[in-house]
Amino acid sequence: MKEALVEKYFRAGHLPHLWCPGCGNGTVLGAIVTAIDNRGIDKNDVAFISGIGCSSRSSGYVDFNTANTVHGRALPIATGLKMANPKLNVIVASGDGDCSAIGGNHLIHAARRNVDLTLIVFNNSIYGMTGGQYSPLTPVGSRATTAPYLTIEPAFDILDLARAAGATFTARATSYHVPLLTSVIEKGIAHKGFSVIEAVTACPTNFGRQNKIAAPALMMAWQRDHAVMKAKWDTMTDAEREGKFPVGVLSERNDVKEYTEAYDEIIRRAQGVSA
Amino acid sequence: MALKFVTARCKGCGICAYFCPKKVLTVTELNKAAIAEGKENDCIECGQCEMRCPDYAIFVERGAK
Ligand SMILES: Cc1ncc(C[n+]2csc(CCOP(=O)(O)OP(=O)(O)O)c2C)c(N)n1
Ligand code: SF4
Repeated sequence: MKEALVEKYFRAGHLPHLWCPGCGNGTVLGAIVTAIDNRGIDKNDVAFISGIGCSSRSSGYVDFNTANTVHGRALPIATGLKMANPKLNVIVASGDGDCSAIGGNHLIHAARRNVDLTLIVFNNSIYGMTGGQYSPLTPVGSRATTAPYLTIEPAFDILDLARAAGATFTARATSYHVPLLTSVIEKGIAHKGFSVIEAVTACPTNFGRQNKIAAPALMMAWQRDHAVMKAKWDTMTDAEREGKFPVGVLSERNDVKEYTEAYDEIIRRAQGVSA
Repeated sequence: MALKFVTARCKGCGICAYFCPKKVLTVTELNKAAIAEGKENDCIECGQCEMRCPDYAIFVERGAK
């Protein structure tokens, strides 16, 4: 990211950050900050809420209104914040374990309600902070400390899950595709309703090492070689799609009422003010 | 010189060196990104390194060559 943005948005004296050499979290955080800057939002109007995990440490580095909350519970805390102050732009950072395992229930209900939050899922396919246990997003056939003979469970597609539960904006990019990642985050912030952005990223320490692609640059090259832009993806056969994944904005709809607006109407009705 | 290194933040991951289209960068034995020997004038200021550096440790100062 640009040096001027580091100076503008990062808390002084907090770098270097605690992430491992080559961890993609720093690149994803850079894209989030760049997206916020591109949107021209004052940093006092941004709340950056995270759960627990390596990726959730991101909230500690940036000079917004921040909270590093509870494992799996960033979304309910962010929902409360958004309802108390709907004018805030609330960004939620969550790991794949944080948001799809312990926080999976909160994810589907935030999506069902269509709360105007922007969720960024840092998907490194593993529990990084606790030493490499597999998560519901770990690809089948991966090695993890909890799967020394390889995982047998199919992974969720977190965006299909969020969309089915009601998320009105879904997009995916990777830590290799930084301009695309920045642009889909910008669109997610602009979207009124629940936006989910999956940022495919690398954990060289706990996923890479166990799966024999420990070099951070090679993990990024893997992202480059397996991501397919949505427009091309739509023309591909099932056989061509095998092992690949689509990137870009995957869905957006604007025909569902946003939750804080619906709630405002309830407040007015309770106060006897006609809508 | 078009590149600025914040050495204290660099963790030597090698992402910048790998994706530099002109092979300008290398990782030294002290595990820090640096300009490779003989490549002092080869940077085309494309920003691939700055864009992906996870540690905010390398910046392209455009037009500063
Ligand atoms: C209630 C609770 N259960 C378990 C933990 C232990 N714990 C901390 S981080 C983590 C998972 C981290 O994985 P992920 O969410 O994928 O984030 P990453 O570290 O990979 O960024 C777990 C299980 C906890 N802190 N709190
Ligand atoms: S353990 Fe993995 S996710 Fe955590 S900082 Fe290291 S590389 Fe990043």
